[in-house]
Amino acid sequence: MTITVRLPGPLLPLAEGRGEVPLSFEGATVDDALRALWERFPGLRHRVLDDQGRLRRHVNVFVDRRSVKQGAGLATGLADGAVLSVIPAVSGG
Amino acid sequence: MVEARHVEVEPGDLVLLVGTMKGAFLFRSEASWARWERAGPFFPGHAVYALAQDTREGRSRLWAAPESSHWGASLHLSDDFGRTWTEKPGAVRFEKETGASLRRIWQIAPAPGDPQRLYCGVEPAALFESRDGGETWALMSGLWDHPHRPQWEPGNGGLCLHTVLPPLDGGPFYVAISTGGVYRSDDGGGSWRTAHKGVRAEFLPDKHPEFGQCVHKIARHPSRPDRLFLQNHWGLYRTDDGGASWQDIANGVPSDFGFGMAVHPHRPDTAYIVPLESDAFRCVPEGRLRVYRTDDAGASWRALERGLPQEGAFECVLRDALATDTSDPAGVYFGTRSGKVFGSPDDGDTWETIADGLPPVVCVKAAVA
Repeated sequence: MTITVRLPGPLLPLAEGRGEVPLSFEGATVDDALRALWERFPGLRHRVLDDQGRLRRHVNVFVDRRSVKQGAGLATGLADGAVLSVIPAVSGG
Repeated sequence: MVEARHVEVEPGDLVLLVGTMKGAFLFRSEASWARWERAGPFFPGHAVYALAQDTREGRSRLWAAPESSHWGASLHLSDDFGRTWTEKPGAVRFEKETGASLRRIWQIAPAPGDPQRLYCGVEPAALFESRDGGETWALMSGLWDHPHRPQWEPGNGGLCLHTVLPPLDGGPFYVAISTGGVYRSDDGGGSWRTAHKGVRAEFLPDKHPEFGQCVHKIARHPSRPDRLFLQNHWGLYRTDDGGASWQDIANGVPSDFGFGMAVHPHRPDTAYIVPLESDAFRCVPEGRLRVYRTDDAGASWRALERGLPQEGAFECVLRDALATDTSDPAGVYFGTRSGKVFGSPDDGDTWETIADGLPPVVCVKAAVA
């Protein structure tokens, strides 16, 4: 499957400066896609997931326009050509 | 994005690292204290609770643990006083079987006597060790598996292991946890036992529980490693027997509530605190910003206020925001939640403002380059 991953500014230094990454991988879920993303850019994993492999509280991942937190989480399915966006949630002070 | 400013640091300069809720700063001065120059902010937008200077074996390495409310905590080092930083992605992390996730790095402690060894005290309360100069890190399982750990309770700042005093010449290893207490290891960190007998837990029905004390800071003088000073959540204490017993030393202070505590680099009877009015009103008493110093190991304390604001100064100094350098007379430094940094070139007798208008200060570390 091939999708497009979009990354926010703070993560670009860990992804060779690329805000948009075409990603081909084996599998059908967000988890599969993210594993392929970590293989390519290992430093991203600990920014997006906590030590237990859960999506960080103030990080959202969208498949096209829908947050995976509103769906099946990291088990949310993907279709070929989907856009997977990592977007920081409203947080901070 | 804000541009970081940089400074040139020469050998012998004073280097002050300041961690704030929105980034880290470095201040440098010649040993004469003629003028302080500011570098930073480094990691803008990140809370930086842990900073360290590693000067072992002639190094001039900085360590920092910035923390993003989005992206978590990470560990970085710089060998050029902050011009460039190298990250160790995911280096300090809990393995799956612990069921835990790193929330914050509270302390980075280079181990005296072993230039490759470092420790990190973190939240949730745990201790990590590196034996290869910070390349790889491992959870110290002796403390993590301690039977008390599941019953430690978080304070307002979270369940943090905030103070790390590694062994000196093979001596005891101490850590302090809020709220857990003081724990001591005599085998380099393999096994741990409590070392806070006599320290009260004012907020519990049993004032002297086996553990659960809310210790805010402990400080040790290198020339008397069995002596520790302790600032408690209510209470000031000293031990001369490595934590086997503690004596109340709140003699002549306006309050025994506070966070920061530091020892003089050359005088083991001298320590510094900044008393706060109470846990309910965490500001210096009477709106007067005063550091208190003992020169007789806690038998008496003297207010140090020359150069510090004495009217309408409702300031707060947090647990890691009071420090001394290695000069003689000692440089003494502290930062406030209102973003001010003060320093004294003469053991605390007189003070000057080093910075004003920073984000809230949570960490101050001082060294001579």
